[in-house]
Amino acid sequence: MERGREGIDPMRGYYDDRIVALSSRLVVPFIQLFALYVVFHGHYSPGGGFQGGAMLAASFLLIRLSVGSDGAQLQFRKGWGTPGSSIGTLIYLVTGLSTLLLGGYFLDYSQLPLGMGESETRSMGILIVEIGVAVAVACTLTAIYDDLVGEEGRRGSPHDA
Amino acid sequence: MHWEFELVILVFLLAAAIVALRSKDLLAAVVTLSVYSFMAALICAVMGAVDVGFTEAVVGAGITGVLFIVAIYQTERKSVD
Repeated sequence: MERGREGIDPMRGYYDDRIVALSSRLVVPFIQLFALYVVFHGHYSPGGGFQGGAMLAASFLLIRLSVGSDGAQLQFRKGWGTPGSSIGTLIYLVTGLSTLLLGGYFLDYSQLPLGMGESETRSMGILIVEIGVAVAVACTLTAIYDDLVGEEGRRGSPHDA
Repeated sequence: MHWEFELVILVFLLAAAIVALRSKDLLAAVVTLSVYSFMAALICAVMGAVDVGFTEAVVGAGITGVLFIVAIYQTERKSVD
C-alpha cells in the first residue's frame, strides 16, 4: 500500500501544507467559540455538554491533523487527556454528591449553596454538570486520537516497528 | 412538510451509503461515510430533531471521520505474516 510509506509519518508528512495549516488555524478559534456557546446555552436550546465537548475535541483534532502532533502540543498537550477526562467526571460527581450531602437527592440542583433563587440555582447546577461533561468528552476524544496515533518516535504503521 | 427537500437529501444519503459500501479505496469510503453522516444530520434537522441532528453532525461527520482516517493510516490492508 503506497499510502503508508516508511520513513514518512502519515499523519504529518502528507498534511504539512502551509495553506491547510493557516486556514485551519483561522477556523479553529471560531469552532471553539461556537463550542463554548453550545455548552453554555445547552439548557434551553439544542446542544449541551456532549455536543459542545465533541466540537471542542473536533477543533483539537483539526489542529492535530493540519499542523501535526508536534505543533498541536502548544494547544492541547498529549498528557492532558486522561487527567482532563478525570477532572470532568469529578466535576459531575462532586456536584451530584454535594447535593446528596446537603440534604437533597443525587443531582438535586436546588440544594447547591449558590445564593440564588431555586430556579436560578437549578439552572446553574445544570450548567456546572454540563461543563464537566464537556471537559470529559473533549479530553477523552482527544486522548483517543493521541492513543491511536501512538508515540512520538513511531513512524508509519505499527508493522514497521 | 418539506418533502421535496427530504427526498433530495434522502437520495444523496442513499448514494453516499452505496458508494461507501462499494468503494475499494478505504479513504474514499471514509469520506463518503462522513457525507452520509452529514446527510443524516440534515434529515434529522429538517424533520425537527435538531438535537439529534446536531449530535450526528458533530460526532458522525467530525470525530469518527478523523478516527477512521487515523486507523486507516496506522494499519495496512494486508497482514504481513
